[in-house]
Amino acid sequence: MRLSVIDAERCTGCQICMFACTRRLGFAGTGKTAIHIKSVGGMERGLSVVVCRACQDPPCAKVCPEDALVQRKGGGVILNPSKCTGCGLCREACIVSAIFWDDEAQKPIICVHCGYCAKYCPHGVLALEERREEVPDAAK
Amino acid sequence: MLPSDPLANVLYIDLSKKRSWLERREDLFGKYFGGAGVGIQLLTENCPAGMDPLAPEAPIVLTTGPLDGLFPLASKTVAMFKSPHTGNLGESHAGGRSAVAIRMSGLGAIVITGTNTNPGYLSIEGGKAYFLDATTLWGMTSSVTAGRIIRQNERSAGLRSIMRIGRAGENLVTYADVSTETYRHFGRLGMGHDLGTAENIQPLSALGGLPTRNLQSGRFDSAEAISGEHYAEHYLGRRLACSHCPVACIHIAALREPYQDEAYYYKTTMISYDYEPIYALGSMLGIRNPEQVLSLMDKVEVLGLDAMSSGVCLAWATEAMEKGLVTEQDTGGLQLEFRKVDGYLAGVEAITRRSNEFWRTLGRGVDAAAARYGGADFAMAFGGNEMPGYHTGPAGYLGFMLGARHSHLDNAGYSIDQKELTKGSIPAEQLAQKLMDEERWRQVLSSLSVCFFARGIYTPELTLRALAAAGYSLTAEQLAATADDIYRAKFAFKLANGFDFNKLTIPHRIFETPAVVNGFDEAYMRRAIAFAGDQLASPRAELRQSSTGGQS
Repeated sequence: MRLSVIDAERCTGCQICMFACTRRLGFAGTGKTAIHIKSVGGMERGLSVVVCRACQDPPCAKVCPEDALVQRKGGGVILNPSKCTGCGLCREACIVSAIFWDDEAQKPIICVHCGYCAKYCPHGVLALEERREEVPDAAK
Repeated sequence: MLPSDPLANVLYIDLSKKRSWLERREDLFGKYFGGAGVGIQLLTENCPAGMDPLAPEAPIVLTTGPLDGLFPLASKTVAMFKSPHTGNLGESHAGGRSAVAIRMSGLGAIVITGTNTNPGYLSIEGGKAYFLDATTLWGMTSSVTAGRIIRQNERSAGLRSIMRIGRAGENLVTYADVSTETYRHFGRLGMGHDLGTAENIQPLSALGGLPTRNLQSGRFDSAEAISGEHYAEHYLGRRLACSHCPVACIHIAALREPYQDEAYYYKTTMISYDYEPIYALGSMLGIRNPEQVLSLMDKVEVLGLDAMSSGVCLAWATEAMEKGLVTEQDTGGLQLEFRKVDGYLAGVEAITRRSNEFWRTLGRGVDAAAARYGGADFAMAFGGNEMPGYHTGPAGYLGFMLGARHSHLDNAGYSIDQKELTKGSIPAEQLAQKLMDEERWRQVLSSLSVCFFARGIYTPELTLRALAAAGYSLTAEQLAATADDIYRAKFAFKLANGFDFNKLTIPHRIFETPAVVNGFDEAYMRRAIAFAGDQLASPRAELRQSSTGGQS
């Protein structure tokens, strides 16, 4: 299973997903969120949802010098914080900029595809679903 | 409050000296929560009675509240300032991402004083202020473009909030507004429109409560064409939400217009609409074409004017021209006529440019214009603030006058008219008490700081539970007492700065044009005002304590 953006055009920019993701870890606010909503160059043009796409062969894991990013079944990665030194190379390797940064822990924040945010999305933008066949697999 | 909650951090910014510093104010945030409660205290501290609103020392106070960032619909930033429009207390609420952005920046309040020597913008990040040069942006035709440039220059997309003025603010029109995230506003009173729901246009017109052609009527024959339903069906292009709000009440119309000089060449403009601007720039000016109303709303947005004040001022000016009080000589050749949008498009431009004595005067509000040119009986302002779109009856109008902000949202008098007074009248004193009870409770919401649209959710019981999660342990009685303290602190500021209940003027037009509720006269209104004046000038012990109820 992985988190999918069903239709970003339905997004109103409420950022409730961001609050949910942070709350999942026991915090208020948006400081720990692994999903971000921002405007496409001004609110009038609509919104973009930035979140891990669950690559089957993740570039972020390849560049980690400490092997702190372990491939996740279903795509994406799981961070082993005890191995991570906070070098930030993974962030640069992600071309959709879906690796965020925990300023307190000085470590990356990466979606674990739990689907908690999708439960709170009021407008059907997000869903946890099986990887769809039509998604091209970068590994091939 | 929670131990070491960054909420208690107040960032003081002196633009003149380009200095900023932080102070911990647990004394204020612990007692008054945040928002309006802390805002009025910080304003009172930093703005001594009698200070000129345009003096460099006159502060603008921005506050968020303890529930912002924690609970849904707690999404408001409260601005507290001395209004250049009324010369008295100015309070304005805006959503967008502003409240969450300020709170996540590690701040509960920002107090801004001083003036820039050159046009500048202020960037606040991680609780620190950075002073930046905006010389190149000054005088830019569209405030929307200025916003885009600042977006490109600053970091933290999606987490930040950009507040800006337009040319109206640059030129010191006293009802200039401040925009945040393009479509939300610190409106009214010169800080810079308000909330409302466009679905009210048709029902209010049917009841005789939709101010039309400068309130010469309460019914508009073209109400359907400019109704929320019509806009939703034909123009709605996108809905947007404030941070942490599932409602997404921000309605954006897509207006597609052909260029006249080239075939198959269009521009599409995204224009936010809701009840108040449709009333003020639609029915109040008799404009029947929904696209023309959108064009005028867009123009007002781009100039950075308050939509309600602009519409009411132009409506007065139109009637004043009809009656010969104002001539084309005064207006510099501009003929204003109800229904005709071209005159109004030129009119808002003239107000912004302050092009001659007439337009400079109109740029100070409808009361200033009536004082100079006559026509006070149809100058539709209350407490110096141009009226919102509710010609509902005595409760609505008393609400505008008795509310600390002279806003319909202070006490929802319009709702008392529609829900209660349509069933039968009540004594003036009892009506004043109802309005005051509602306004007192709303101090809690605006201090937390919760959107008034969520008032049905945040009951006193739920509010106490939410507050407990934010580290405030209170009883219902203590909450009611704090609400009263905040309410009274606002009137203490107003009275110290020259507000006088006895000097409130009532334009006679409201008694002449049939409303939703009729049969009220000036004597009734004066009795209610006198009662409220007595209550708000005397210590709390003498006040009949009311419960913290009051929903509408």
